[in-house]
Amino acid sequence: MILRRVLNPYRTYSPFAEMERIHRQMGRLFEHASGDYSSKTPAGVFPLVNLTENNDKYYVRAELPGLTTDDIDINVTGKNLSIAGKRKIPSEGEDVKYHRRERDAGRFSRALTLPDNVDGKKVTAKLSEGVLMITLPKAENAKPQHITIH
Amino acid sequence: MSANETKELSARCKTEAAHSSCEQTHAGRVFTPSVDIFETEGELSLLADMPGVKAENLDIDIRENTLTLSGEIEQAECSKEKELVTEYETGKYFRQFSLSEKIDQKKIDARLDNGVLRLVLPKVPKATPVKIKVAAA
Repeated sequence: MILRRVLNPYRTYSPFAEMERIHRQMGRLFEHASGDYSSKTPAGVFPLVNLTENNDKYYVRAELPGLTTDDIDINVTGKNLSIAGKRKIPSEGEDVKYHRRERDAGRFSRALTLPDNVDGKKVTAKLSEGVLMITLPKAENAKPQHITIH
Repeated sequence: MSANETKELSARCKTEAAHSSCEQTHAGRVFTPSVDIFETEGELSLLADMPGVKAENLDIDIRENTLTLSGEIEQAECSKEKELVTEYETGKYFRQFSLSEKIDQKKIDARLDNGVLRLVLPKVPKATPVKIKVAAA
């Protein structure tokens, strides 16, 4: 059984294995399409992020419910972005009886490599309704250049 | 500092609501918010993570002992942005609970802070037995 998995890791026909496989393939496709940009950080590191871009900016969004600006530490160097912090869930007192406890507290640290350099001085971050949004203007040489023909 | 703050947080994918619990009329994803529910002698409290939901888009409803939480999010203006990495999806939040205690509906307190709903449901005090005197005719 184990041997077969080693030889052919995709031979397991559980729907999760299938999803995992598609996920990996898409990851590879993505890596390939964007050249040297490595999406090596697999989902699984808190917080999960969404990265988008337009011509002159990158946008990173993450869901951080219950956190305040003091709880989050953002650092940018070149094309590396790190988001670290701590999610606190204050105690509700000694005499409470819990029925459900699904919300987690703890430390987190996420490092992200952007496809290109950003202008670190112009990076801004906003936290609203528990959603963090970081706006990272691309460095001058990373922007697509429009060339006029004379 | 409590012990739970020093542990490493791990990412969890948002749980998508089962279709049977809430049939949608329009397309879009529906997620189950993570909740903490606890009780004291006088009240039942619920904390729910609903990042991206504004107070005006959150609906709390209690009917026949069923508590319904439903929160819409305003889609970010990403239309002009190209998606590079999408690790999480966004959508509506929906969850229902059946309440075993009688709730004093007039005294319910709901607050939404940084994407976390805090709902305090005061219980109706148990009826105090009243002794009825029977007057002799």
